Amino acid sequence: MSDLRELYQDIIMDHNKNPQNFHKLENATRVIDGKNPLCGDHYTIYLLIENDIIKDICFDGSGCAISKASGSVMTTILKGKSVKEAEELFNNFHDVVTGKINFDDAIIDLGKLGAFAGVAEFPSRVKCASLAWHAMHQGIKNENVEISTE
Amino acid sequence: MDTMTAVKKEPKKKSEFLNPDDYRKDFPILNEIVHGKPLIYFDNGASTQKPLQVINAISDYYLHSNANVHRGIHALSEKATAAFEDSRKKIANFINASTEKQIIFTRGTSESINLVASAWGRKFVTADDEIILSEMEHHSNLVPWQILAQEVGAKLKFIPFKDDGTIDFPVFEQLISGRTKLVAITHMSNVFGTINPIKKIIRISHDRGVPVLLDAAQSVPHLPVDVEFLDCDFLAFSGHKMIGPTGIGVLYGKTQRLQNMNPYQGGGEMISSVWLENSTWNEIPHKFEAGTPNIAGAIGLGAAIDYLNDIGMTNIALYEQELTTYALEKMSSIKNLKIYGEAPERGGIISFNIGDIHPHDLSHFLDQQGIAVRAGHHCAQPIMRKLNIAATTRISFYFYNTKQEIDTFIDELENAINFFNY
Repeated sequence: MSDLRELYQDIIMDHNKNPQNFHKLENATRVIDGKNPLCGDHYTIYLLIENDIIKDICFDGSGCAISKASGSVMTTILKGKSVKEAEELFNNFHDVVTGKINFDDAIIDLGKLGAFAGVAEFPSRVKCASLAWHAMHQGIKNENVEISTE
Repeated sequence: MDTMTAVKKEPKKKSEFLNPDDYRKDFPILNEIVHGKPLIYFDNGASTQKPLQVINAISDYYLHSNANVHRGIHALSEKATAAFEDSRKKIANFINASTEKQIIFTRGTSESINLVASAWGRKFVTADDEIILSEMEHHSNLVPWQILAQEVGAKLKFIPFKDDGTIDFPVFEQLISGRTKLVAITHMSNVFGTINPIKKIIRISHDRGVPVLLDAAQSVPHLPVDVEFLDCDFLAFSGHKMIGPTGIGVLYGKTQRLQNMNPYQGGGEMISSVWLENSTWNEIPHKFEAGTPNIAGAIGLGAAIDYLNDIGMTNIALYEQELTTYALEKMSSIKNLKIYGEAPERGGIISFNIGDIHPHDLSHFLDQQGIAVRAGHHCAQPIMRKLNIAATTRISFYFYNTKQEIDTFIDELENAINFFNY
């Protein structure tokens, strides 16, 4: 149970119940579908990018608590960031949830993303935590695409 | 949570059909401790555990009889061949096939169905022919037909399922026509647990001269299945879902149909004579078994069948019915728990969701309590799409499961609801 509490931290439970920026974005410049066919998780990420700045970012779709909270926290963090900063955050977040580096060793301040560090203990949940991030990452690199974590 | 374990459980009334404790001792894996809790294995629809009798049969083969079959003129090869072919006979008897020549060894249900789609389908199905499937098929009884249909220009027709998880029978009667070349349907749904009215489906299909393939992956392990009585043309099932090893499965086919089919793969064993430019095919079943087969797997499946026969398939079916009724009753008292599939005729598979707790979160919670369940689309994405859900949590029983395990599972469902603050 303590392991589970560590995984399902309050911030994750809160964002799952009340996801932020959880809606379509009509004036999005990039729209990316992210899917995990294995468990049926499916989100759409909407990005409004102007002059290499993420002016707005929203998402909708469905999935488990970890994946939904991860998408929600991601949108709150990336709004206003530059594409380059988003890329760095993606790389650091990815390294933390896959257990490549410890949360404390991340080269940039991940802030509340630390709530997802527990995922590294559960290999089957890494894809949940990173699904929205992978979709966003595709979005800042390319035009509209569909990505899959399988 | 800890208070839950302190609650004294009432002693359960013993089942008149079987006592699971008589068999649990043969399954060492059931004593595993998972995340500090005794394992409760409720994922039998995906794969079952293996008794020592099966593990030992495989080990004995490698220790004392290992050699290639149907090849060498030496003692080991003869021993291996005898054991391998003996398993084929056991399988034939188990499903009441008239001869073991109707039993083809494959890797599993998926390969059995692919074999028919390829070796029968490519020869007999042509443009504008129709194949009738149901909307509740596992991907393995859907995708092979999509591939065939795309290749030859045939059409797929689907019998819909209704809200209770049963097929819409009158629609089937409308769908079947002079253009229908095959009906391929699951005997027991791996999502709803529904046992389909296949006897009726087969009779109506045969009245129209249409052969029927049964996906029996979920039925043969849990119910007495008699191919002569059902009169099905093809029947596919897997060893690992019936306490046998992985990588071995069976295709049963009526003799005439098997003889008329193309070979499946080319290679050793499946030929009679080979010249540089062409070859002639071996007799059935060997015509469909190119290459060195999964000998240990076949022998292990034979041992599994001996084990199941000792218990009796009717006892297994009735005991699982008891477990299922017990679980359904307990689950119905949980608030906001929705069960998918309410067929009166059903097996020990229960798919459900609780409120908006995602199955992935619920199954992770249960895993941490030592309870193995399945979460996801269960290789049946079209079902999920029609139900407008992403996934379900699924429990599925076997004869070694107990009512006490169901009690613990129910307690943990309550704990999960509290944990996720639903």
